[in-house]
Amino acid sequence: MGCNTSSTRIENSQTSLRAVLIIQNWYRGYRARLKARKQYALTIFQSIEYADEQDQIQLCNFFSFMLENYTRIRKEEIGLNQLAENELDMRDKQDYVDLIDVPDSYKGPRLQFPLTCADIDLLLEAFKRKQILHARYVLEVLFETKKLLKQMPNFTQVQTSPSKEVTVCGDLHGKLDDLFLIFYKNGLPSGSNPYVFNGDFVDRGRNSIEVLMILCVSFLVYPNDLHLNRGNHEDYMMNLRYGFTKEILHKYKIHGKKILQTLEEFYTWLPIGTIIDNEILVVHGGISETTDLNLLHRVERNKMKSVLMPPREIYKDYNTDSKHSKVDVTISAHGRIKTKGFLSEHLPKHEREQVIDILWSDPRGKKGCFPNTGRGGGCYFGPDITSKILNKFQLKMIIRSHECKPEGYEICHGGKVVTIFSASNYYEEDSNRGAYVKLCSGTNPRFFQYQVTDATCFHPFHQRVSTMENSAIKILKERMISRKTDLIRAFLYQDRRKSGKLPVSKWAFCMETILGLNLPWRSLSSNLVIIDQNGNVDYMSSFRNIHIEKPVKEANSALVETLCRYRSDLEIIFNAIDTDHSGLISMEEFRAMWKLFSYHYNVHIDDSQVNKIASIMDLNRDGSIDFTEFLKAFYVVHKYETMMKPEATNLG
Amino acid sequence: MADEKDREEIVVAEFHKKIKEAFEVFDHESTNTVDVREIGTIIRSLGCCPSEGELHDLIAEIEEEEPTGYIRFEKFLPVMTEILLERRYRPIPEDVLLRAFEVLDTAKRGFLTKDELIKYMSEEGEPFSQEEMEEMLSAAIDPESNSVNYKDYISMMVTDEN
Repeated sequence: MGCNTSSTRIENSQTSLRAVLIIQNWYRGYRARLKARKQYALTIFQSIEYADEQDQIQLCNFFSFMLENYTRIRKEEIGLNQLAENELDMRDKQDYVDLIDVPDSYKGPRLQFPLTCADIDLLLEAFKRKQILHARYVLEVLFETKKLLKQMPNFTQVQTSPSKEVTVCGDLHGKLDDLFLIFYKNGLPSGSNPYVFNGDFVDRGRNSIEVLMILCVSFLVYPNDLHLNRGNHEDYMMNLRYGFTKEILHKYKIHGKKILQTLEEFYTWLPIGTIIDNEILVVHGGISETTDLNLLHRVERNKMKSVLMPPREIYKDYNTDSKHSKVDVTISAHGRIKTKGFLSEHLPKHEREQVIDILWSDPRGKKGCFPNTGRGGGCYFGPDITSKILNKFQLKMIIRSHECKPEGYEICHGGKVVTIFSASNYYEEDSNRGAYVKLCSGTNPRFFQYQVTDATCFHPFHQRVSTMENSAIKILKERMISRKTDLIRAFLYQDRRKSGKLPVSKWAFCMETILGLNLPWRSLSSNLVIIDQNGNVDYMSSFRNIHIEKPVKEANSALVETLCRYRSDLEIIFNAIDTDHSGLISMEEFRAMWKLFSYHYNVHIDDSQVNKIASIMDLNRDGSIDFTEFLKAFYVVHKYETMMKPEATNLG
Repeated sequence: MADEKDREEIVVAEFHKKIKEAFEVFDHESTNTVDVREIGTIIRSLGCCPSEGELHDLIAEIEEEEPTGYIRFEKFLPVMTEILLERRYRPIPEDVLLRAFEVLDTAKRGFLTKDELIKYMSEEGEPFSQEEMEEMLSAAIDPESNSVNYKDYISMMVTDEN
């Protein structure tokens, strides 16, 4: 161990410095690529979410088509009562709710009407212990809340003061832990701690009913300080697709149907928005260039059963005379749902559109107002639209929700539009934070962020990104397989020489056009296809390592693909037809439904195919079909996953 | 001659599309601008590895005369295309990275202790921020030995990227 001369020491320290720089440089590059991958995953989740919403609107077109053409089958047989407007009056609370007994064996929370803050605490504690509130109380709460909501105007007016700030929360989507976290950080609602909940309380998360109950009970205890706005998911049609209906039927096997019926009307009484200090407009989605608050103050909001179900003429007799004027549902050039013909029981078209804009629109940087082609409803509104509408109605700011933001909130349009989103980890573990905002006149809004964490938060960043990425890629691949025929046709068209390969740019073009998703295809390509050294894509490689779990051999592949693609839609239609929620429908119902479906969606399946499918599905030959079982066979499975344990059930 | 020019045009066109895709993912409001703090991430996601100093200079080049906190796509595109064409800021090969760790591991033990790593990364060179340091530690350090076996660590990171 000799002694170092000073020059050796300098050389060593220079080498060491170089080494440090190398490691830092490499790490920063790696970390940045992780962040980019996370952002790509989020982009995938988001575009598919909005594309699904668009599908939902298409599905409603199908429903109205089906309603019109189902004249041969008696209305009662397929339970179209659920689909048609509810002509029968809701039985009064006394007729039904009081008949429900809460047995002594029930160990869950027992509410005492009139409710007090003790009931809020009771409910919170019970839900923390994962108890389920008895259906009787659910119904009672819904009835009482509806009664009180009926007295509220379309827009609730709220005033703040230095000692009374108001807290605005965004989408919760059934995430109970986020609600607990908000109450923990910000305190329970009370006379001195008012809240506004800006819609989308339900769907997607596992505890939609619990979230809704807490909000309703809090509202009943503090009706002047707990404000609820309607979101686009406070809509029974959305609930069919996005999980709330399933959750109710699962948790409430006896009274679930009644709860769902009650919710249909309950939602319509939720106010459209809140106005704070006469200067801040709080609505779920946004605005459009034609938004007219004066009109919106006056509309009969309870006539808007479902934003998605257009009004139709009620037929007194069901003859097959199709010269009857049809309800024509089309998506017009402006992306709005147009209808002709309406009843006095429904809002006039232009009023419907105003409400749809409020619940569905998204702000964008581009000036002007454009149809919201991502979601299929409402519009994209630019900063000029915001300024125009705010000036017109002497307002200063819009607070809205509706879009998941990585930080839980986002400010745009020069500070005039704030998005607030309160469901953390919305798409996947660590996908985003949640946030709420506190407002007080005269001071700037204050934002508070949080994130629900569990044991998995100890996973290092790269692992969380991997999980998210795998999840996103998987659903993207499912999309691809559901459009396999169209994709292959597009690839073959581009690949003149039928070499099986395409340059990345052409592959990306096909993917974007056929799937209709605006994604960074080039960056994602390595996750989806095999690319050779020349940078050419082996376009069939995407389809090689994913397959459908139990392909029904007798059915041809086009049918299989169709079932795959329309799986969600079919499930919803089935659920709507299966009125007693037994999980079974009759063969006759199935055939009729399928024929209409294939006609409307322009899928060419002939009668013999339909019969074959029907008989395949009726495995025990008793004349009824367990459709959900059959559909499960068409879930796309990745080969390597057959060895892994099944995914947790997704209620959405 | 003409062929070569065509090929270069195609390459440039592809670069443009790739750059646009990477940029758009961070353009949250669809205004053709991104927050300047995301530029480093975007450039690195395109496969380049500038040092912090080089990144700083790049940003100065593409910022507005009066910095707004946002970078416009029109300014970003030509600069980034140039970088890709010239193959600037190439990433560090795995073996060079390994040797760098070995240099710091003066006692040649095959690992660095947590304290050594913290000292090097957050006090020397282009020091890490606290966030960067914490993230690296959470993935690199084995809690039992409180050290990082850098060979394993490198392999793990490389596998994850592929």
